Amino acid sequence: MQGEEILKVEHLTKRFGGVVAVENVSFSLQKGEFLGIIGPNGSGKTTLINLITGFVKPTSGKVTFNHTDITGKPPYRIACLGVSRSFQMARAFHKLPAFKNLIVPLYSPRVKRLGGGKYGERDDVAIDLLDDLGFERDSAVPYKAAGSLPHGYLKRLDLARCMALRPDLLILDELFSGMAMSEVAATLPMIEKFNREGLTIVMAEHRLKELFRVTHRVMVLNFGQKIADGTPKEVMSREEVQKAYLGTEVEG
Amino acid sequence: MAEAIRYRKERIDRGIKARTDTIYLLSSLRDMVYLFLPRFLPILLLLLLPFFVRGGYWEKVLFYSCMFALLALSWDFMASVGLVSLGQALFFGVGAYISGGLNYYLKMPIFLTIPIATLGGALFCTLLLFSVLRLRGVYFSMVTLILPLLFAHLIETLDILGGTHGLLSLTPFPGGYPAMYLAIIGVIVCLFGFRKLISEDFGLVLRGIKDDDRVVMAGGINIHWYKAQAIFIAGAVGCFAGALMTHYYQFVGRSVFALDFTVLPLAGAVLGGPGSFAGATIGTFILVPLSEALRALGGLRMALYGVILIGALVVLPEGLFHYIERRYHQFERDARV
Repeated sequence: MQGEEILKVEHLTKRFGGVVAVENVSFSLQKGEFLGIIGPNGSGKTTLINLITGFVKPTSGKVTFNHTDITGKPPYRIACLGVSRSFQMARAFHKLPAFKNLIVPLYSPRVKRLGGGKYGERDDVAIDLLDDLGFERDSAVPYKAAGSLPHGYLKRLDLARCMALRPDLLILDELFSGMAMSEVAATLPMIEKFNREGLTIVMAEHRLKELFRVTHRVMVLNFGQKIADGTPKEVMSREEVQKAYLGTEVEG
Repeated sequence: MAEAIRYRKERIDRGIKARTDTIYLLSSLRDMVYLFLPRFLPILLLLLLPFFVRGGYWEKVLFYSCMFALLALSWDFMASVGLVSLGQALFFGVGAYISGGLNYYLKMPIFLTIPIATLGGALFCTLLLFSVLRLRGVYFSMVTLILPLLFAHLIETLDILGGTHGLLSLTPFPGGYPAMYLAIIGVIVCLFGFRKLISEDFGLVLRGIKDDDRVVMAGGINIHWYKAQAIFIAGAVGCFAGALMTHYYQFVGRSVFALDFTVLPLAGAVLGGPGSFAGATIGTFILVPLSEALRALGGLRMALYGVILIGALVVLPEGLFHYIERRYHQFERDARV
């Protein structure tokens, strides 16, 4: 499992007009690794995720996933190769019952190929998945319209949607934002479990304390540039990281 | 004091829902009537109607209503994928001209022209709209609004396919009933077929695209391919209606691309309540006969028609069918306490 490269990002750059959202970012990820991406607001975390998952086309640079060049490929292709992402603002099909939200990824060519969930079985697969993520199957929660669920549930529904795709690489964009402490505490072990079972995870997050509990490697972005990459402890002790988070002191 | 028998109101469908999950376990005749009547009655009514309006002016109105109902169903199907079309006339016209052309120039019989027009027309429309599938919202609508007008003008200025005169003396249907029943069965099949399809996994993907296409893409689904399939299905229904109309009137002219075939189905769907298919059908079956009945008023007709539409939208913005459906689920009976 360990030691094999799953994702390689080389000199990735994205300009929106005059603004450079992501500038010359390179990193690589081993199979089974858990990478945290941190940085102040507007530092390019979400854009980087959008670039990797194909939602935004890069200005220059290259993304390789499992030895396949996925630079600028359409999002559904990248998803079908096994890269699953969550959204920062919890997105869901609000009118559908929660468990029906998972039918969409279960209907994808990838899951069909992997043999999970045939016609008529998808509902059961969906409810199993939700049950694992704390939507108790005997309660009313999985059957309620997604739009009526509290924010924390919506975030976890998004996570379930990602897992329904049976990903090789899971990219979470601020999963914990807007979640209550108790919900974070309940969700964290689930993500840890996925990682222990061999899933490679990238997690962009603002809640550093929770993130550092699960990850061994952190990458820091500031103004679109990668300014640090290493264990949480060594990264946070770097001066430029502290400056990025706390700002520079004004002389005098 | 003798104890009085007390009653309380109880919702009929609650008991049925509680007993069942997805399969209805029927326990009494009353439940059965409650469940089947709303589905069975419209079918029966539609199938019997041609006998009541045989061979008169109202027979034409019934046929016309079916045409518009098909177009409204086609519109509603596209709308449930988030594709708001302002050009159902495109499907109608393409179907009409393909069947008319095949019959006029190649002397093909009806049983060939209608299926070819239905499938070929749908394929043609899908290819035509394929390049604009990535347009969202109002931009897609604008393209669909322009296309039928474009075709009407092409036929007129290039003087092709009969030009301004149209194609005359096409093969008629053998008698009145075949055309009428093709139209009616078409409406029934589309109505119940679409309602079923949209609740299947395939339909969930389509509704997902309407709700949030980015989530669908993140789910590994090629949304353009599914939108194209939806347009093909909607196109086939519209083209089928066009082909029927052509042979019914034994004539096809530029008027098949007219705005009427866009506006009336849309108005019907909005009046009846979009997204349910039943609403679109009910809406057109009210609006089309109504606009015929108002014909006696002459010029005032369109004005009154507009007033009725606005009134309906203000009073029942959710649409007739959604209102009826809500009431249906709230049906109460007296239950002994």
